[in-house]
Amino acid sequence: MLRKIRIVAAVLFFVLITLLFLDFTGTLHAWFGWMAKIQFLPALLAVNVGVVLALVALTLLFGRVYCSVICPLGVMQDIASWFAGRRKKHRYRFSYSPALTWLRWTMLAVFVAAMLAGVGWLIAPYSAYGRIASNLFAPIYAWGNNGLAWVAERMDSYAFYPVDVWIKSLGVFLIAVVTFVGLAVLAWRSGRTWCNTVCPVGTLLGVLSRRSLFKPRFDVSKCNGCKLCARSCKASCIDPANHTIDYSRCVACMDCLESCRQGAITYTRRQPERASASRAESPRTDASRRRFFGVVGLFAYTALRAQEKKVDGGLAVIEEKKVPNRAVPILPPGAQNTRHFTAHCTSCQLCVSVCPNQVLRPSGRLSMLMKPEMSYERGYCRPECARCAEVCPTDAIRLTDFAEKSATQVGHAVWIADNCVVNTDGVNCDNCFRHCPAGAIRMVPRDPDDPKSPRIPAVNEERCIGCGACENLCPSRPFSAIYVEGHQRQRII
Amino acid sequence: MEKKKIDRREFLKVLGVGAAATTAAFYGCGKRGQGAATAAVGEVPTDKMTFRTTPATGDRVSLLGYGCMRWPLLETPAADGNPIDQEAVNELVDYAIAHGVNYFDTAPVYIQGFSEKSTGIALKRHPRDKFFVATKMSNFSNFTRENSLAMYRQSLADLQVDYLDYYLLHSVGGGKGVETFNERFIDNGVLDFLLREREAGRIRNLGWSFHGDQKVFDHLLAMHDRGEAVWDFVQIQMNYVDWKHASGRNVDAEYLYGELEKRGIPAVIMEPLLGGRLSRLNDHLVGRFKEQRPTQSAASWAFRFAGSYPGVLTVLSGMTYMEHLQDNIRTYSPLEELAPAEYELLEDTAQVMLKYPTVPCTECQYCMPCPYGLDIPAIFAHYNRCVNEGNVPKDQQDPAYREARRAFLVGYDRSVPKLRQASRCIGCDQCVSHCPQSIKIPRQLRRIDRFVEQLKQGTL
Repeated sequence: MLRKIRIVAAVLFFVLITLLFLDFTGTLHAWFGWMAKIQFLPALLAVNVGVVLALVALTLLFGRVYCSVICPLGVMQDIASWFAGRRKKHRYRFSYSPALTWLRWTMLAVFVAAMLAGVGWLIAPYSAYGRIASNLFAPIYAWGNNGLAWVAERMDSYAFYPVDVWIKSLGVFLIAVVTFVGLAVLAWRSGRTWCNTVCPVGTLLGVLSRRSLFKPRFDVSKCNGCKLCARSCKASCIDPANHTIDYSRCVACMDCLESCRQGAITYTRRQPERASASRAESPRTDASRRRFFGVVGLFAYTALRAQEKKVDGGLAVIEEKKVPNRAVPILPPGAQNTRHFTAHCTSCQLCVSVCPNQVLRPSGRLSMLMKPEMSYERGYCRPECARCAEVCPTDAIRLTDFAEKSATQVGHAVWIADNCVVNTDGVNCDNCFRHCPAGAIRMVPRDPDDPKSPRIPAVNEERCIGCGACENLCPSRPFSAIYVEGHQRQRII
Repeated sequence: MEKKKIDRREFLKVLGVGAAATTAAFYGCGKRGQGAATAAVGEVPTDKMTFRTTPATGDRVSLLGYGCMRWPLLETPAADGNPIDQEAVNELVDYAIAHGVNYFDTAPVYIQGFSEKSTGIALKRHPRDKFFVATKMSNFSNFTRENSLAMYRQSLADLQVDYLDYYLLHSVGGGKGVETFNERFIDNGVLDFLLREREAGRIRNLGWSFHGDQKVFDHLLAMHDRGEAVWDFVQIQMNYVDWKHASGRNVDAEYLYGELEKRGIPAVIMEPLLGGRLSRLNDHLVGRFKEQRPTQSAASWAFRFAGSYPGVLTVLSGMTYMEHLQDNIRTYSPLEELAPAEYELLEDTAQVMLKYPTVPCTECQYCMPCPYGLDIPAIFAHYNRCVNEGNVPKDQQDPAYREARRAFLVGYDRSVPKLRQASRCIGCDQCVSHCPQSIKIPRQLRRIDRFVEQLKQGTL
């Protein structure tokens, strides 16, 4: 019974959290956005005292239920492990292995060190799952949606609309693939190995679950020594010979209860002991200043040639925009500043998954690897949207309302004379001016002495909020003639 | 409403890597011509076509003429860049000729310059005396004599004929009016050359097609009156909207037709359907037609209007689909002239249409390709369709605001890829001079873009 409750709850959490990454319409977040916010590390980083205390209390009461139900990465491993167990003769494939406590604490130390170096999020469970969901599951979901949109279009229905599917960062995609394959193989072979050796949250909660009130316990008098419990324990934490359980590794999955045909294991209260909950030291990070340079290749520019006869119809080739070389990355509005942002963001990719304008993508810079940064090749940060701040579980991106968003300066626009079509094509163009939501651009005569000369844009840096409308809508390709430089510290203008 | 067969986003990607300067317009292939659902079912007669006779050459021309600027297109253009589906063209031409249609109108610039070639291939399979072929001097971008004559000779070669039945000075009245006309045809001696070609019999009928400035129209008729150049026919835009309510700087068809009739010059009619807009009327207007003639299409009313004027030689229709061809053949086999009350109904329909803020675009593609990648006709088509379907809400208080907003925005992304939408218009104005309807294209695009922004931001 307990096991069934655990499974139902776990599936519910897993499906809904996954859907948070898949649902690009934002409807689910209104209802289930809290599921991301009760994840342990995000809550810790958001200094969400209530949630952290609740999770500590939960663990002290019932053991590592968190790992079995709330953590999507844990449930994902259970699913892989379940598939492995479906094979013939593999149902009872586990066996007890002694605890590798030294390894766990070393890994925790490594994790803290990695956090200080800014790459700790590689092994943080929730963000690892976020990367997997947003890089591997979300495209499949989106393709499914696009299939429905294709059908809907032919049925004259507006129920579905197609969305872009693209690899937002090859590096992060590869990391997600490696994490997914690695974890799936580990779980397939030996259950929760990762959770009990590498995962920092597992190690921390393990300290608490040792002292939890409810635990699976042996009734030695009933045990006939069949070892079924140990062979079904995906955490490999039951030592049937000595009738002991390593509660720091037990994830309270209740499988052993159900596997025991003698009823020798029960999930019961322990005798009151001296309770001393040890508090984990919260990991801290520091922003490093190194930059990871992406090499931007230049491709031949195919332009339309004037023809002797101007024929009708056809479409001009549109070259893809290329990412300009920004000295400072543009952080999403509400990220406040580089230090706050890198210290709070867990690179879970939730904001990247939900960004409806294809603006956010995982950074390739070493200083903020995998954390979101903005770029405007495919869209710009639209005034009516604050989806990233709404979904952010750690408050790394925090906005109170749209007004604050539209007044937050995340960068400023820079005009490049050599790219501007007014100069290169000799045509009139004021597309940046017309689309600037902040009124930060005005068109001025190119020659100050000749008011009739062609007009070029001039940016009032004080009014510019860095939304990228100008950069995205600039006709110059592959590099826009007006682009946004990020600011390290955002401010309200 | 038909939809396009291709995934536009996919198409964009292909475009992104392709290095071709211009590409296929499989665009809009589903939207040109008339609405498909309007064709009435029934026998398509082969021997009842109404014919008109030209005074100059005594040609017996079918009242339905085939416009060759909207041929069906391939999903991907052929190796030489030709986007036209030749098999489908052959089929349509064979069917048309078998059912009495004998006038085919093309131009060197149509369909990215491939229309003449395809039309020629299809016509070559029929005896030369079974059809009349019309083409044009489209020397818009290069007025020189050499370029103009080369264009004329290329037309003969591409059409695979040694004489042209009808030859037109293409779209006079544009640009700077009479000045542009003189530059294109008088100063370089091209008109003199064409008149001599007519004497030599390589051009059997010489005329011109007209859009725009009335001064040019009057100027050319004055030339006719003075005997400087006798015109065998003139091609004008005429339909029940343009009859009294021509848009932009275009001239009311009532005046144009009247002037031609006075002189006994046959009128060839273009845009009888306004690029299909008169077949895609809103439900209310279609309903009024259906009450009168339940089995006939909305398009048939427009064709009967144009055909009911005796001075009309032939009515051109760019028929992409077999169903449209069949419907139009039925309408003119034989022509049933409009009754006086029916003229009134059509005039009333025109007045109702004018109350809708549609853009008078006929999707002729003359403005394309936009050098900045916009798909101008597709943007206007989407907007017009939404206007007609009531999906252009006035404000958020509209009862159907949410549905209309979704239909407009989702449909917009479906009809036009994001990179080709109105927000990309830079206002360079290069398209304006190409538009035969003299639409202020950038201004209209900005109007639509503002509307889209209001919908997106919820500030309507």
